[in-house]
Amino acid sequence: MSESVTALEPDIAAAPVLEPTEANESHGPEPVIRTRRLTKKYGDLTAVNKLDLEVFPGEIFGLLGQNGAGKTTTILMLLGLSEPTSGEAAVMGLDPAWEPREVKRRVGYLPDAVGFYDDLTGRQNLRYTARLNGLRRDEAEPAIDEVLDQVGLTSRANDPVGQYSRGMRQRLGIADALVKSPDLLILDEPTTSIDPLGVVEILDLLRRLVTERGLSIMLSSHLLSQVQSVCDRIGIFASGRLIGVGTVDALAAQFGDGTAVIEVGLELPTPADVDRAGTALRGIAAVESVEAPAGGSGTWRIHVRPAHAEGRVRQDILVAAVNSGLRLTALRPVVPSLDEIYRVAIERPIVKRTGVKRRGSGRQAGERRPE
Amino acid sequence: MSATTVPNGGVVEEPPTPRRELRVPHGGWRVIAAKELGDDLLSVRFIVLLIVLGMAAMIPLYSAADQIRQHAQDATGVPAIFLALFIIGSPDYTFLRVDSFVAIIAPLLGLAFAFDAINGERSEGTLPRLLAQPIYRDDVINGKFAAGLAVIGVVLLAIVGIVAGFGIFRLGIVPAPEEVLRLGAWILVTFVYVGLWLAFGLLLSVVFRRAATSALIGFGVWFLFTTFGPLILDLVAKAISPVTGTTIAQQIGQLQAQQFITRLLPGELYSEVTAVLLNPTNNPQATLPGSLGQVQQAQQQLPTLLAFDQSILLVWPQVVVLVAMMVACFALAYVAFMRQEVRA
Repeated sequence: MSESVTALEPDIAAAPVLEPTEANESHGPEPVIRTRRLTKKYGDLTAVNKLDLEVFPGEIFGLLGQNGAGKTTTILMLLGLSEPTSGEAAVMGLDPAWEPREVKRRVGYLPDAVGFYDDLTGRQNLRYTARLNGLRRDEAEPAIDEVLDQVGLTSRANDPVGQYSRGMRQRLGIADALVKSPDLLILDEPTTSIDPLGVVEILDLLRRLVTERGLSIMLSSHLLSQVQSVCDRIGIFASGRLIGVGTVDALAAQFGDGTAVIEVGLELPTPADVDRAGTALRGIAAVESVEAPAGGSGTWRIHVRPAHAEGRVRQDILVAAVNSGLRLTALRPVVPSLDEIYRVAIERPIVKRTGVKRRGSGRQAGERRPE
Repeated sequence: MSATTVPNGGVVEEPPTPRRELRVPHGGWRVIAAKELGDDLLSVRFIVLLIVLGMAAMIPLYSAADQIRQHAQDATGVPAIFLALFIIGSPDYTFLRVDSFVAIIAPLLGLAFAFDAINGERSEGTLPRLLAQPIYRDDVINGKFAAGLAVIGVVLLAIVGIVAGFGIFRLGIVPAPEEVLRLGAWILVTFVYVGLWLAFGLLLSVVFRRAATSALIGFGVWFLFTTFGPLILDLVAKAISPVTGTTIAQQIGQLQAQQFITRLLPGELYSEVTAVLLNPTNNPQATLPGSLGQVQQAQQQLPTLLAFDQSILLVWPQVVVLVAMMVACFALAYVAFMRQEVRA
């Protein structure tokens, strides 16, 4: 019994709070990115359609969408590399269409499919970027050493980039974006075509950068699981529109069916135990249904409605298990997967949004909820 | 684009600022030009071109030296003998002359350093990264053009230096001051002519997404211009303005119209300028002398040399047109680049 308890502790500790976080509601600092009805048209094609977006200091914001959903176009407009057809954007309080150089001095950018000069070494490539950013030699070299160390490329810094692997290039790309000591990082598909281990490394690095350097990060991806694991908030893009913004949980609440799922691992030696377990679990308030595994022992799935009751239900399950003498092996809330949310989100017809009115809390997902 | 900060550890006019204080740098084109120049000078194409051009200069030089030695006695009194190094070739192969070799190779030189300037960055994926740095967008194309011009300048000076050095040390021919002036003017005009092809290569590299395409088209145009260009324009000129006039005035007018059409080719303009600058006894309509004998002959016919300033006056229109063509080509490339979307 005691071993099972220790086993489930980390799970409980790591459980996300399902209630909407108050942090996002605060009227605190100015957003590092704010767009207002930002629109980009290529001929008849509307790549980005009336985008309202806010990214706050110190957060990792994920732009999620399929290829061609308008993520890269949005990023290019934020950097002043592409002119919006209408609407406006502010990055670090500056309009990228009018002050692109000031914006680009403050924002590090990792382009989709980043390229380097293959004949030059990693260090030489970074040196070029540093000089383009006006860093003097005595400032540039320590900065280059620092970022190379941060991305773990110090040992390969003097090899030509032509010899780098795909993952190393991607890390060099992040170093390249960091060398100017930016306040904001914009990363376009930072994990594409990198092996799973490399992805974990990069996501860890991003998280570290936010805590160590106090950066804000906006990254785009079409890989849901990765966005989910690293981003504080997520914006879902579909055909040029932002169809949902918020934390994973908020998006789950918005696009989910209003239920939450808890997985309970139970060790039930006798059929009597199975019956007892079923009765106990069904008896808990707010439990909608219980799925038992075939043999009784194993993972039970508890559906909770309303979803925000999940935390309390988890506690009740623990109490019920103790009271009924059930042997727990695991107790884990199932974080709604973004895949699920994303599928629902893009399938749902886009209804006229109610939440476009500008308010301090306009970024809360619930406000954007289609009617 | 006045630079207050020279990124190369140089002069900083602003007071020293703490690191987090953000200086938006100026003169990004200089950083780009410096990097491109370094790349160019170390590139394989630079070394290959240097070898090709060196050979192109040395081979005619040997045959010219032979001729000059043979005629040494006669040549003592010949004015502008130093310039003859550049315009005398083998009597058997009249194209084997320094000036005509340079005329043929010059476009290649320009194209070679520009055909992949922009689309190369694009295909390597470095263009978005470059443009995401705090520079003006035109810094990229300006820097690349400046670097190209610098490389061309280096190559041209090297060739002329080789020929002149050979003349001075091996043949003992010392240039007169006016000859130095003429040579300098010729180098400048050649520089502009190569600059024109450089700008053309840059334009191709902006317009075409693939370096291979722009290289093929660039070299195709070069080939067409150098081999069939005069022929085609000649036909066109005769078709548009045939010499049918009955009076001399009419015929002259029609001939001038024909000449105007053939002058649409930059190569034609350049060869006219070369003929006048490197051969003081020449006038633009005369054919170029092929051997020292012809030079002497010409000089017997026209014993007075054209003064340097008169020669300049004579070719000034051609020079202006060459400069205008270069500027126009670069302007086209510039505008095309500025209007292009960053993403392909």
